[in-house]
Amino acid sequence: MNIFFYIAATVAITTTILAISRRNAIHALLNLILSLLSISVVLYLLDAQFIAALEVIIYAGAIMVLFIFVTMILNIGLENKQEKKWYNPRMWFVAAFFAGILFLDLILAVKNAQIQPVAAQVIHSKQVGISMFTTYLLAVEIAAVLLMAGIIGAFHLGSQEKKVMHRFLEKK
Amino acid sequence: MLTVPLKILLLFAGTLFLLGLAGLLVRRNIIFMLMSIEIMLNSAGLVFIAAGRHWGQPDGQVMFIFILAVAAVEVSIGLALILQVYHHYKTLDVDAISKLRDHN
Repeated sequence: MNIFFYIAATVAITTTILAISRRNAIHALLNLILSLLSISVVLYLLDAQFIAALEVIIYAGAIMVLFIFVTMILNIGLENKQEKKWYNPRMWFVAAFFAGILFLDLILAVKNAQIQPVAAQVIHSKQVGISMFTTYLLAVEIAAVLLMAGIIGAFHLGSQEKKVMHRFLEKK
Repeated sequence: MLTVPLKILLLFAGTLFLLGLAGLLVRRNIIFMLMSIEIMLNSAGLVFIAAGRHWGQPDGQVMFIFILAVAAVEVSIGLALILQVYHHYKTLDVDAISKLRDHN
């Protein structure tokens, strides 16, 4: 059982590295989808089947499709001049160096942590639902308000003013 | 039954989080920065799931669902903003969006 976790974790980390380092946005997004799918395998192995399904449906299914749609609408190629200048090993080295320091810090913190072993029991989604709609009822309502605000905000931001001129005649 | 210790799971989630952070620091393309934020949110959710399983509480999974809702809202607003930025500036370079900058 553990071998599946290690395989999925390796795939997730590899595809995430590929996702943040590709120049082409579509390639990066496809790698990120693969990463999300392997994280969903990890979640499934952690006895969170419902969450694993949500990860596939919402993250890999909805959010990433939104990303891909926007990338295709904007037809983003490799035209980012500033990034071409910035995207060299020196820039990577600085960011990777500081991220590596944080990572070492994390390894030390986790290594020295005193985690008492607790008998892991399977949490069924029924328990999750009961907890969500009793203990966290207020948070669910706030999340609903947030989603509503998101809809209104996206609608407002997404609407463009009407143009009188023909779109081929306007100057770029 | 998975018997991977919690430390390994925390290390895995931390690695993903730091990859997202490094991507956010290095990339200058707004789409990539939004993607890196997604990676970081996802790894935070993974920590919630692992800890919730370790202590046998359903709260971790509840928190993951909230993170999912927040991520969905954030992405929809962010992508709408990206569309507007591209409409106005014809580029996705964050350094090009500098109208608020003081040029002395």
